[in-house]
Amino acid sequence: MPTKIEKDAATGQMTTGHEWDGIKELNTPLPKWWLYTFYATIVFGIVYMVLYPAWPSLSDHTKGALGWTQRGELAQKMEAEQQRLAPIMARIEATDIADIRNDPELMGYVAAAGRVAFADNCAGCHGAGGAGAAGGFPSLADDDWIWGGTPDQILQTVSYGVRNANENSRINDMPRFGVDQLLDRAQIDDVAEYVLAMSGTATDAAAAERGAAVYAENCASCHGEKGEGIVDLGGPRLNDGIWLYGGDKASVVHSITYARRGNMPAWAERLDPATVKVLAAYVHALGGGQ
Amino acid sequence: MHGQIDTVEKPPAKPSAGKGAKPAPVAMTADDLPLYANRVKVYPKAVKGLYRNLKWAVLAFCLTLYYVMPWVRWDRGPGAPDQALLIDMGAPRAYFFWIEIWPQEVYFITGLLVLGAIGLFLVTSLFGRLWCGYACPQTVWTDLFMMVERWIEGDRGARMRLDQSPMSAGKLARKTAKHGVWFLIALATGGAWVLYFNDAPTFVVEFFTGQATVQQYFFVGLFTASTYLLAGWAREQVCTYMCPWPRFQAAMLDTQSMVVTYEKWRGEPRGKTKGAVPPDGFGDCIDCGQCVAACPTGIDIRDGLQLECIGCGLCIDACNEIMTKVGRPLNLVRFDTEANQLARACGQSTGWKPVRPRTLIYAGVLTVVAAVMLTALLLRTTLEVNVLRDRAPLYVTLSDGDIRNGYTLKILNKRREALTFQLSVTGIEGARLVVQDVGETAGGGTVPLAAAPDKVETFRVFVIAPPAALAQESNPIDFVVEEPLSGDRDAYDAVFVGPHKTQRK
Repeated sequence: MPTKIEKDAATGQMTTGHEWDGIKELNTPLPKWWLYTFYATIVFGIVYMVLYPAWPSLSDHTKGALGWTQRGELAQKMEAEQQRLAPIMARIEATDIADIRNDPELMGYVAAAGRVAFADNCAGCHGAGGAGAAGGFPSLADDDWIWGGTPDQILQTVSYGVRNANENSRINDMPRFGVDQLLDRAQIDDVAEYVLAMSGTATDAAAAERGAAVYAENCASCHGEKGEGIVDLGGPRLNDGIWLYGGDKASVVHSITYARRGNMPAWAERLDPATVKVLAAYVHALGGGQ
Repeated sequence: MHGQIDTVEKPPAKPSAGKGAKPAPVAMTADDLPLYANRVKVYPKAVKGLYRNLKWAVLAFCLTLYYVMPWVRWDRGPGAPDQALLIDMGAPRAYFFWIEIWPQEVYFITGLLVLGAIGLFLVTSLFGRLWCGYACPQTVWTDLFMMVERWIEGDRGARMRLDQSPMSAGKLARKTAKHGVWFLIALATGGAWVLYFNDAPTFVVEFFTGQATVQQYFFVGLFTASTYLLAGWAREQVCTYMCPWPRFQAAMLDTQSMVVTYEKWRGEPRGKTKGAVPPDGFGDCIDCGQCVAACPTGIDIRDGLQLECIGCGLCIDACNEIMTKVGRPLNLVRFDTEANQLARACGQSTGWKPVRPRTLIYAGVLTVVAAVMLTALLLRTTLEVNVLRDRAPLYVTLSDGDIRNGYTLKILNKRREALTFQLSVTGIEGARLVVQDVGETAGGGTVPLAAAPDKVETFRVFVIAPPAALAQESNPIDFVVEEPLSGDRDAYDAVFVGPHKTQRK
């Protein structure tokens, strides 16, 4: 209940004028440091509201005197970062890819920038570190290259991609031997055995022998007489242990019957030339570059 | 609601305590002690004597060491900093005269801290809180700040009067001068701290020409502010409330530890008596209060050893000054052991046993840690090899069926000369070693790797092995790096991963 506001004898402090069961409450002031800090935060808050975006409206918000936005700050930082990297990116753009590969300083940059660009753009299909993935996503770390593993060949492939609309795109189309009835089932079976024999995994020697003639007539023009592959035509090598679509007989039969036609975008259409070069140099250094 | 309110006895009128005045002495039990008490500002009185001189000497030594050390030069040859004591965060290296520490060897610093802690235990169990009273930076700078304060505002009485007097031009001038000098000392302290992390002559020029970095100015500001606050304002509160050491240092003390103590047996009962021989019924203590006035933490040593006592011995000097005037025996307050005090009280012979199980254990641990550190320092290698295996891809199958693993190999060349190391791998039969863009070898040969002085060199390394040589999925492989001329050698045990065994045909 309210009582008189009076001075407490013991402490010299005023009471609040409230009393509960004989207990009166002292009106002890807030500590000065606390109070001043509190005032300072109020001043800070007002200044902040004037300078920065603060109040929402139905469709917009106050802009603040500084015109600051989080997006603007990000854009500024990105701009500054690009400015910072501009000299080395210009050098990379002006340097031949083979020379980049031999320049330790540029390769130091490629190792860092390439890893990021690769993870952003390439790893989705080719896997982290260029490990490749089952189902037609080639490993970029091994020494088997469908379109060539020299720096220039890799740069060409990265720039223009494979089987896309770009006029410089790498293109070759394997005929659908089974679907289009170019070969009958027995012939496909025989030639599959013959292809497997090239890497020593055939199980039917007689069939493989029969397949030799079929291979020479239908396959050798792209895949090479001995299955060594023809890089200029993009004809994959068949006589090694690396299989893009599986090396068991069923997979090989499927490949011959339906043909496989993987795609890759033309990265020159999406990325700036220096980044494309960085990617090519990075891929070349993954371990399989020639 | 109560029908009646008890009449409360009016408490005794509060003594009109001015700011800083000592509260009236009241006999208090533990239950009476308030949980919170406002700080009573301490105005330590100037004293002269042995311990004061010792304290000045230690203060001068510590401050000289602190301000001068960054300027000591030490030639390490071209390309290396010539500052004897330097922690270079950017490099990152720490230099201590002829010793150079890499971040990988930070355990040397851990060892120093361990040595410091155990040394503190040993000294405390022998001589009490010598560290607190003489060498602790808090004590040294507080003493320095008090000296300035005394010089500008006068001694205890003058300072108390000044604080109680209303603001005047004279008071303002003195206060401004005091805080100005404090600030300059604090700035010199904060500045000198940063010198240990930067080349001193370069930094001083940069600092005053505005060319230092924001971080450098920030840290100078930070240490300036903390010095000013801790030594100017917080003072004994740091020791009493902030520092953990006083809370557990008592665990190092026993009856044979030398501590500042009051000879209660001959001082009591105290009384304001005169003459060389106290009258009957009184002890030697004339209750002049000088020991309290001199105490930098504002305690009464006659209450016995207490948490707040930093063991500086200034009360001893204060008491001896008075005792000399009165003509009574000196050292009524003295450095002594508890056992000796008991012996003296009973008139028995005194002695001091510095060799006790406690001190032996501390000294033993100190020796062991020091020996371990010294051995580690003497056996410190100048070559270290680290190998990190690629995780993606785990391994690569090459067109001829061989398996390839990729590694990142780092050579830490801690020597100040360019060296050519020889890299080889062992553990896998027929393994081929390829260092990207450097060279390759097969059949147990080596690849030469050039390393610049005092640098970490990074190499991409591929190891290619025929599948037949792989006994299991994960195979041990050793990378060995040797420098033939110096005989430096380091090896790294890594693994070589091949296809899962069940997947192979």
